[in-house]
Amino acid sequence: MTAMLTDIPPSLLLFAGALITMLLRGRARNIFLVVLPAYTFWHISQLSFSEGPKMEFLPTFDALEPLRVDKLSKAFGYIFTLNAAVAFLFAFYVKKAFQHVWALVYIGAALGVIFAGDLITLYVYWELMAISSAFVIIARNTLRAKQATFRYVMVHIFGGLLLLAGIVMTVSSSGSIAFDSFDYADANLGTWLILAGFLVNAAAPLFSSWLSDAYPEASVTGGLILSAYTTKTAVYTLLRGFPGWEPLMVIGCVMAVFGIMYALLENDMRRILAYSIINQVGFMVCAAGIGTKMAIAGAVAHAFCHIIYKSLLWMSAGAVLYRTGKSRCTDLGGLYKTMPWTLLFGGIGALAISAVPLTSGFTSKTIIIAATEHEKLFWIWLILELASAGVFLHAGIKFPYFVFFNQDKGLRPKEAPKTMLWAMGILAFLCIWLGIRPQMLYDILPYAVDYKAYTASHLVTQMQLLMFSALVFFLFLPLLKRTATISLDVDWFYRKGGVAFYRLMDKSLNGINAKVADVIAVRYTAWLGRFLRTAPAEILGGLLVPYWMGIGLNSDEIAGRKAKLVLRAKRGAFPVGITACLAVMMLAIIYLVALA
Amino acid sequence: MAQQKKEFDWFDRPSSRRLLWRLLWGACALSVVAELFVHRHPYFGIDGIFGFYALLGFIGCTVMILLEKGLGKWVKRSEDYYNDHIEDDVIPEDIDDGHAD
Repeated sequence: MTAMLTDIPPSLLLFAGALITMLLRGRARNIFLVVLPAYTFWHISQLSFSEGPKMEFLPTFDALEPLRVDKLSKAFGYIFTLNAAVAFLFAFYVKKAFQHVWALVYIGAALGVIFAGDLITLYVYWELMAISSAFVIIARNTLRAKQATFRYVMVHIFGGLLLLAGIVMTVSSSGSIAFDSFDYADANLGTWLILAGFLVNAAAPLFSSWLSDAYPEASVTGGLILSAYTTKTAVYTLLRGFPGWEPLMVIGCVMAVFGIMYALLENDMRRILAYSIINQVGFMVCAAGIGTKMAIAGAVAHAFCHIIYKSLLWMSAGAVLYRTGKSRCTDLGGLYKTMPWTLLFGGIGALAISAVPLTSGFTSKTIIIAATEHEKLFWIWLILELASAGVFLHAGIKFPYFVFFNQDKGLRPKEAPKTMLWAMGILAFLCIWLGIRPQMLYDILPYAVDYKAYTASHLVTQMQLLMFSALVFFLFLPLLKRTATISLDVDWFYRKGGVAFYRLMDKSLNGINAKVADVIAVRYTAWLGRFLRTAPAEILGGLLVPYWMGIGLNSDEIAGRKAKLVLRAKRGAFPVGITACLAVMMLAIIYLVALA
Repeated sequence: MAQQKKEFDWFDRPSSRRLLWRLLWGACALSVVAELFVHRHPYFGIDGIFGFYALLGFIGCTVMILLEKGLGKWVKRSEDYYNDHIEDDVIPEDIDDGHAD
């Protein structure tokens, strides 16, 4: 029995749960939604590292492997389910099932990708993730959410097509559908396309705006759930498939800096957090590019801790949005007076993301930086250290400062509901627990790490970096004053470009269409109609002119007769004599033709 | 004593702000002074300079903020740039209406 139970892919548990969720109501549904991911967490812990079940696919292909269990997939499985359980506790206030059903499908699909051992299974789950996450966004049911979902779907269709093209080329050239690490030395168009497909979901430069565009338009819970899975699934696929691909180091560094710049510019608190995801994922993408055991282990540790503190930050922002209905920094401020617990927990998340000692960021992100030191990658190291300082600026201080302190805007919301506080409390506890006792986390990493976070030297340098960053923030505070503005991102190209393209197509193609319609339907048809109406009489009149001239009529009389003839022809009202005459003439012509 | 409902406004007081500023300067100074007492093992040479991380944090963040201001001049737009602020007054379903808890 247990042998059979451990053959069940964790994703199927959540898919089944999505069906059951539709049948449940009220409190029972809320409790079920927390218990299900918690049970799936336990289920994952019971999965053995032995060869998983195989499913026959097409005759010429290898069998599908929907459940590949190793330390890498298990580590992501743990954090995905743990985060889901706490997120659904936070979401106790949600009355409708729609969003939760799609969230379960989405999380299940993310688990499907994590445990997929072959490219076909991976692709199917990959697309299911894109579809289900779109429903999570659209569930907020505002016009802006619908428009953002449309753009989100377009970008992910593009990314999915890149991935599909890459898979088709790779499978047809190598003959294998297995998803293992690709060799950088043998890079070809197929593997580059797969990498591009993964990078779209990782929010890499030029493909990042779907994230900062769509996530902040999702509901309070929707944004929270979305923040954890799509990008981190992409990180997993990069760690699995592309370790040591050097361009990823550069891409990761660009992401880390780009995220900071835009998070500093942004006014909407949830958009600050969205850009902050890009910054954090940059560290992980960079680690995949370094590709050493230490870097990979560091990226997994960082992903694990990042999901916890980033969820915590989205929860505190969500609680504020839930209570005030506002998410712009220019509308918020002074909330420490009435939402102290939300501030406390959100503050712990802010400290953790900044890698302050005694928090989980300090014991995880710093492994990646240590890996750059070991590999003597000076520029990568320098940029990641700068980005670490920048994280403290935008997420560590800016977010809590402008929301909870700054200028009192007269808002006096109630403290967040109890279930929200419990969820935040659990994650805040984990942030500190993993900061003090990281060994538990280190034990589940794919490679053993020989890393000591707490050395005197490390503590001093980290505190110098952070304290002086904080000093700069407060010295430059007048410069950082929020403005009620948005910042143009890559989405400008398809938002404005899309409209321009539409106008261009409208002007050109519809212009041609209109011209053709005018010429054919209006002018030509009218001309044909006129021709058919008047031509026979005109021709007849023309033929009769020599006859009329023969019988001695002058030009005025001829014109008069001709006009009369045309008028009669139009009315179809010839005197019988003329009709009979015409018929005789016709017969005569036919007779003559026949004779000839 | 009668004002038991007086709001907690410690962070708004000028005296508290002065105290926080002093604490921040103090923490900065302490972090640099502490470096005298630890044995560092630099990897690149440049990171062995005394107070390197303090300088990195200070200069790095200053540069980033100035870059952000420059970038802002270029990419900042008004909120209705995309003409999608048409329903700003609509309260989405997921906002607490003040009654539910």
